[in-house]
Amino acid sequence: MIRFVGRRVLELAIVFVGVTFIIYVMVFTLPGDPIAALGRDRPLPEAVQAQLRAQYHLDEPVWLQYLRYVGGLFAGDLGTGFDGRPVGDRMAARWPVTITLALTAWAIEVVIGVLLGLVTGLRNGGLLDRTVLVGTILATSIPVFVLGVTAQLVFGLQLGWFPIAGTSAGWPSAYLLPAIVIALFGLASVTRLMRGSVVDTMRSDFVRTLTAKGMPRRNIVGVHVMRNSVAPVLTFLAIDLGYLLGGTVVIEAIFNLPGIGALLFDAIKTHEGPTVVGVATALILIFLATSVLVDLVNSLLDPRIRHE
Amino acid sequence: MSEQLAPQQAPLVAPGDRSVWATLRARPLFWVCSGVLAVLAIIALLPGPIAGIFGQPDPRACNLADSALEPGGAHVFGTDLQGCDIFANVVYGTQTSLFIGLLTTVLCLAIAMVLGTLAGYYGGIADRIVARLTDVFLGFPFLLGAIVVLNSIGARSPVTVSLVIAFFSWPTLARLVRSSVRTVRSAEYVQAASAMGLRDRHILLGHVIPNSLGPVLAIATTMVGSVIVAESTLTFLGVGLRAPSISWGLQLSTAQSYFQSEPHLLVFPSIFLTVTVLSLITLGDILRDALDPKGRS
Repeated sequence: MIRFVGRRVLELAIVFVGVTFIIYVMVFTLPGDPIAALGRDRPLPEAVQAQLRAQYHLDEPVWLQYLRYVGGLFAGDLGTGFDGRPVGDRMAARWPVTITLALTAWAIEVVIGVLLGLVTGLRNGGLLDRTVLVGTILATSIPVFVLGVTAQLVFGLQLGWFPIAGTSAGWPSAYLLPAIVIALFGLASVTRLMRGSVVDTMRSDFVRTLTAKGMPRRNIVGVHVMRNSVAPVLTFLAIDLGYLLGGTVVIEAIFNLPGIGALLFDAIKTHEGPTVVGVATALILIFLATSVLVDLVNSLLDPRIRHE
Repeated sequence: MSEQLAPQQAPLVAPGDRSVWATLRARPLFWVCSGVLAVLAIIALLPGPIAGIFGQPDPRACNLADSALEPGGAHVFGTDLQGCDIFANVVYGTQTSLFIGLLTTVLCLAIAMVLGTLAGYYGGIADRIVARLTDVFLGFPFLLGAIVVLNSIGARSPVTVSLVIAFFSWPTLARLVRSSVRTVRSAEYVQAASAMGLRDRHILLGHVIPNSLGPVLAIATTMVGSVIVAESTLTFLGVGLRAPSISWGLQLSTAQSYFQSEPHLLVFPSIFLTVTVLSLITLGDILRDALDPKGRS
């Protein structure tokens, strides 16, 4: 177990260094000298430029600047926005909206995905199975923002079932429509996974044994098949929660929900470079942390994973 | 990008007639997707004449007096807020989207072929380096990485957007090439070629690569679709293409602010985008089914 944890943490460290380095190189070392450009067509005096460079550590070698940046990340410093407030502080106020949205979407994926997968897996090849299959292909092909805008137009504006924007209506009505839209992509994958898993489990020896000894089908499916086929789906669902947190960018922008994704979107629109980088980096780090956590929990549940 | 499970299909060809082409030919969906893609390819190659069918050949010939006209009359799909013909814009947008989708996929294929073949054929340290490299790229959501990088690039043309998307999406293909090459490497004809003393270059180009290309090309087809989605999403968010580029993402991004009063601005670019992506992804799925012996049994 300790070896497994060690290996997984080492992998995380490699990915972390890789990701932060890519971001760092791409964002902070692109050609062009920001300090020299500050004065526009009236260049700043050399002494002022040198002083500014020293203040922002731009006179140091790249690797030392990178270490400073990573050190800042560990200290929770995601940079400062143009308004002088730390990006971390601005994000803090917006977490509740994003977490509510992601959890609602996740709950939809869990309940509907597992149920649909179970039913289609049991009626392998039937009409419902084929309809759901076409549905999952559609759900994975249509871009999220097209789905979002269409849903807003049809269910929000024309049918008037849901508020079209904002959080003033509160949970659940303000969150339901955007949550369904971002859940669809994951929902399709959960359904397919669960369906495949159920089909496999139904063919296994123990199900035949249970049928042979006369256990009612309801018990076989409800207890044994369910428990055995839900394991691979759980892994996916756990990782998907990390994706949902990051994937809220598009949907929060469309439905005007004041969450982390909307912060990122607004920062892009107003060209606030440092905020964009800070928020995106934070979301990536959360994703990395979730995936390691999922692996650890999985290895506790299923010891075989540790020895792969 | 996303992993998709192959749809379960009943065998449609008679046993004994199992060539890939026969499997494909027997599936109506294959013809539907190919047909749609052929039409889109013609639109992309000849946007001027196609847009001219309804008398508005120039997407940039805009008249503010004709702002946000409903579909019909001189403008089949109506006009946008600037009074530009939506049909002409959608047609030129096809060119941009397909260009970015194909260029990105070709770039990814090139990188993936080189690195994947090195890793899969030689193994050892090359394999480990490529594996770690792909771990890094696949370890975080692609969209966020692309947002960060594109946001710091000032001038964004279709080519730069392609380069950035390719930078983040080659690892999926590289892993696929690697595993494909590994399977082929141990095949008897490769061992025979190597026993005959053929050079590595001949073995790789003449035997290993042609035989491992099939599944890779199927996924590459799907990838063209995913890249088009990625481009339009990034553009929609404001970090992709910018005017004067013409793209579905740009059209949708502007239209989104006015969807309450002018829904027709949204409808046509959305339909084109969805149909294109759907055909590419379905075609990729069909190709993979046909090439994968397990899918055919």
